[in-house]
Amino acid sequence: MSAETENPPAEAKPEVKSPPPKPAPKKPEAAPVELPAFEKSISDKLVEKFGDKVEVGFVKEDRVRINVGREDVHDVAEFIRDELNYDHVESVSGVDYPQDNEIEVVYHIGSYTESSLARQILVLATRAQRETNPIPGNDATKLPTLRDVFYSVEFHEREVFEMFGVFFDGHPDNRRLLLPEDWADLPPLRKDFAIKGR
Amino acid sequence: MTFTLPPGLALQKVDERIMTLNVGPQHPGSGHMRIIVQIDGDYIVACDPDPGYVHRGEEKMAEYRNYITNIPHLERPVIHDSCNVLYPYVLGAEELLGIEVPERAKYVRVIASELNRCIYIMYWLAIYGIFLGHSTMFMWPAGDRELLIDLMEKMTGARVTHAHFVPGGVRNDLPPNFEDVCLRQVNYFEKRIKEYAAVFYDNPILISRTKDTGILSRQDAIRYGTTGSVLRASGVDYDLRVKEPYDVYDELDVHTNVMKEGDSYARSRVPWLDMMESCNIIRQALQKMPKSGSVRVKLKPNPKTKGLESVYKRVESGRGSLGCYIVSDAKPEPYRVKMSVPSFRNLIALPNLLKGEKLGNMPSVYWSLNYWPVEADR
Repeated sequence: MSAETENPPAEAKPEVKSPPPKPAPKKPEAAPVELPAFEKSISDKLVEKFGDKVEVGFVKEDRVRINVGREDVHDVAEFIRDELNYDHVESVSGVDYPQDNEIEVVYHIGSYTESSLARQILVLATRAQRETNPIPGNDATKLPTLRDVFYSVEFHEREVFEMFGVFFDGHPDNRRLLLPEDWADLPPLRKDFAIKGR
Repeated sequence: MTFTLPPGLALQKVDERIMTLNVGPQHPGSGHMRIIVQIDGDYIVACDPDPGYVHRGEEKMAEYRNYITNIPHLERPVIHDSCNVLYPYVLGAEELLGIEVPERAKYVRVIASELNRCIYIMYWLAIYGIFLGHSTMFMWPAGDRELLIDLMEKMTGARVTHAHFVPGGVRNDLPPNFEDVCLRQVNYFEKRIKEYAAVFYDNPILISRTKDTGILSRQDAIRYGTTGSVLRASGVDYDLRVKEPYDVYDELDVHTNVMKEGDSYARSRVPWLDMMESCNIIRQALQKMPKSGSVRVKLKPNPKTKGLESVYKRVESGRGSLGCYIVSDAKPEPYRVKMSVPSFRNLIALPNLLKGEKLGNMPSVYWSLNYWPVEADR
């Protein structure tokens, strides 16, 4: 689905005295370069459990990205919480892709309780159908909510709803959060909402 | 006649016992936000925070500017902590553009970031003091903060909005003799904040107002995904400077301050302990910093990535973990910039903490969350 694979070649280096060991992000399919072992084991567990339903976006040091279809995202999130011991969501970001006619919602999931996961962020990405003429809440741009899995997404999902028009099915409180109550324009972080004068 | 309400609106059944009270957005006790509380007599039965009065669309603006011109406006959400707010964005841009930062610049960043943390916490402490009716605690931090602001002015040329961090290092080198002045001021500053214990933290009035109010248990702190001083006051030992060290924090000895009580008092005391830790870090950094060398790698004009890439970087700011998610698509401007800010993350604890509290305890609970409305709204 997503193509975030390539690593910018670290050229144009200055006279560096002692370069710290820089994590080199790897292409998942470019075989011989070794992937970070611990991160690989996390993604392996997910692939083993869900097979074709999950796609590994990348495996970098401290970051693992998983792309999931919208119908499986709830099951995968439950597995992440119960089996992999992640316990909170740091950030929920929408990203609008008009060329794919999709809106991506990215969950950055971390763990406080499991000390081996303290550095780790699991990036769980899913995509919702995008409407050309959105009616937020009443069109096909919908995703299942993860509020019952991770309580911490509550305000983040409300923000994604108003900024991108992605309605979260089952969210207890799908109200506006930051925008004014009488906002009647497009959801403002969609790419087709243009800033005046730009 | 029946009609359906649009999503997001709901009819409310009005109970005669319950009174709805709007605290803010103009009320000074709430900052630039509104807290809708429902009270039964003196007790809060429901609370609905309503941020958004200072929403400025920083994330949308970031999609129209290139990696360098984004810097001055992205620090606006928390001008008192402007170095830390920029930090994850700068780290992310460096990883995307493949820039290696000179060693000296990393130390300068650490010093600037710790000074900024103290400046922010002093401002917050002044507000916390005045809203608990303790005007000495407003005057002292506001005055002592000047020491560090003067240092930042020497370092960056600006008193509050520094725009000092850039992808590739920092904007300019330290002025001559900065190390000595910095060491002297920081030592004095540390001596000074230790005096706050006698007038504020050991004050029986403060203790009676904040002890055992708004208790956030360890499980809830984790479940709500709170961060920073709120999390550490509930007994979770988590500080990104230790857990996921960025720049040169892995070469410095950083101690994490944790308290187990989880009440307003613990939440107000942890930032104060953090300031002393910051003084320690600054002293270490001044000692270990290379005495000379470049502090900035010049970028090519309009740097861009090769293809669609994303990065998520986080740092420990004055309020907690601050994350920045950047998506780049081979254009000079980022495709999407998302700031996951600690104030926004801690806000979710507020309704749960206030439920069942007395209305009079609202300021002590609300301000103890280390909440900065402008940052939460972005």
